Amino acid sequence: MERSMLSILAHHKSKSTVEKAAAIILKGCAIVSIIAVLSITAYMFISGTPALFKVGLTDILFGQVWAPTATHPEYGILYIILTSILGVFLAIGIAVPIGLLTAINLSEIASKRVRKVVKSAIELLAGIPSVVYGLLGILIINPLMYQLELFIFKDSLTHQFTGGSNLISAILVLAIMILPTLINISETALKTVPDDYRKSSLALGASQIQTIFKVVLPAAKNGIMSAIVLGVGRAIGEAMAILLVAGNSVNIPLPFHSVRFLTTAIVTEMSYASGLHREVLFTIGLILFIFIICINLVLTYILTRGDQHE
Amino acid sequence: MNNSIYEKKSRVIDNVVHVLIQLSTFISVSLLVVIIGYICYRGIPHFSFDYLIQTTSILKNTVGILPNIINTIYIIVVTLVIACPIGIGGAIYLNEYATNKKFVNIISFTTEVLAGIPSIIYGLFGMLFFGGVLKLEYSILTGSLTLAIMILPIISRNAQVALQAVPKSYREAALGMGSTKWYMIRSVLLPSAIPGILTGVILAMGRIVAESAALLFTAGSLSVLPKSLFGHLFSSGGTLTIQLYLEMAKAHYEQAFVIAFILILIILLLNFIAKWISNQFDVNKRG
Repeated sequence: MERSMLSILAHHKSKSTVEKAAAIILKGCAIVSIIAVLSITAYMFISGTPALFKVGLTDILFGQVWAPTATHPEYGILYIILTSILGVFLAIGIAVPIGLLTAINLSEIASKRVRKVVKSAIELLAGIPSVVYGLLGILIINPLMYQLELFIFKDSLTHQFTGGSNLISAILVLAIMILPTLINISETALKTVPDDYRKSSLALGASQIQTIFKVVLPAAKNGIMSAIVLGVGRAIGEAMAILLVAGNSVNIPLPFHSVRFLTTAIVTEMSYASGLHREVLFTIGLILFIFIICINLVLTYILTRGDQHE
Repeated sequence: MNNSIYEKKSRVIDNVVHVLIQLSTFISVSLLVVIIGYICYRGIPHFSFDYLIQTTSILKNTVGILPNIINTIYIIVVTLVIACPIGIGGAIYLNEYATNKKFVNIISFTTEVLAGIPSIIYGLFGMLFFGGVLKLEYSILTGSLTLAIMILPIISRNAQVALQAVPKSYREAALGMGSTKWYMIRSVLLPSAIPGILTGVILAMGRIVAESAALLFTAGSLSVLPKSLFGHLFSSGGTLTIQLYLEMAKAHYEQAFVIAFILILIILLLNFIAKWISNQFDVNKRG
């Protein structure tokens, strides 16, 4: 008894059990993310593939008629896929110039005080719930689009008026929503460019703008690319903000058409769909998931390529 | 032609680009001003305290969002209770224990993937797995479990950054005094990293409050007051954002704006708290 109390190994056994348990439990926590990704992938594939075979791969992917509740239901989602792709790329096209220039201002030009204000504003912009963006889209952007629509199509007899709920409105909302992602990540990328680069360029006689566009931007290329890719991911996965703004009917994605995206197709019909219709909605989810996985792989590729250069 | 080096050559294109840069910044900031201004302009006139503490009832002829507020709090608490231990534990493992670099890379990759999956996919997965396979149906618990996976990357990444910021000498000092590894972690490492971890938790709260697509098919949209503290976990419950969506879909814009106003207030508050914590405990600032 006496001896065991004095020994430095006295509590060794009980302590080492705690130690071992802690290590194992912590490892378990770390593995959760792997399990989560694997099971999400598994469930998306298990629930999404049956409809592909029941309806037929080409009938779903390249069919142009979406009539899931008709007597002879048709499940063509070509227009929905095209809408998502086109919408996301146009939104990126609008958001990238604005976002990149803002990021340049934040990291290269702005004074400390301006930077603080702008950064807080961007952080808040990122935190605003997507339904709120949707609400504002309906009440601010849609009426403006309707005016534009009335003006452009005032003599047209064939145009179906959408009340402003069309592809352009949705693209504008998406562009606003991905701005914070673009600005934050590109700014971080620009900040990691060593100051020596700027100083050398300025010492050689280049102006500040020349330095930014010819030296800093190329050096931060990888980071900016990943900002754009993340922006694409955010835009393609957005649902609630564009649900009502886009008008939500399946059409060819033309600027003044009311359209439906992959995400909004799921949200709209999941609540009442059943049977094959429901399975097709899961197929839409699977297609969205595949897009996201591809985006992630591209991102990883960009980032590892960046490592190799260093 | 003036060739003096004291005369700065002014390039037209530089000035144009400069104007464009300032213009873009102005657009980005004015977007926020317009959004918040418009919500306040439409929301404040209809805001009343009764609206916060009443339930919507046709019998009593009242409208209110008390159930949604309670549901939101339920979902925040339950989600954090599930996600915090897992997220922080995982971060500790990666930072302190893991030796296998390949394993660390795999976990970083999966965390990255989890952060990139859109909320609608989480919604589908939660509906199938927690709602269907575990038979929890539409319930607050289903919603919380789904959101817990969704916010895992935010919590674990912030915890990891916070742990990395703890100086190595703290660890060596504790171990040198004879503490075991786990004792060192919980008595030295975690207290030093708490501010950074908390910032992550608050960011996660903001994400939960703002979430809608992942909750629509998991927690559902019912708005009734809880009958019992734990029983409420198994009943369907719509959060503030879900209620906002429902009001918006029914074109009840006045109520939608009041909820939007409340949501913006919560987001502002959470942002402010996160900033305050990171300033308060910023080691660099205290010198």
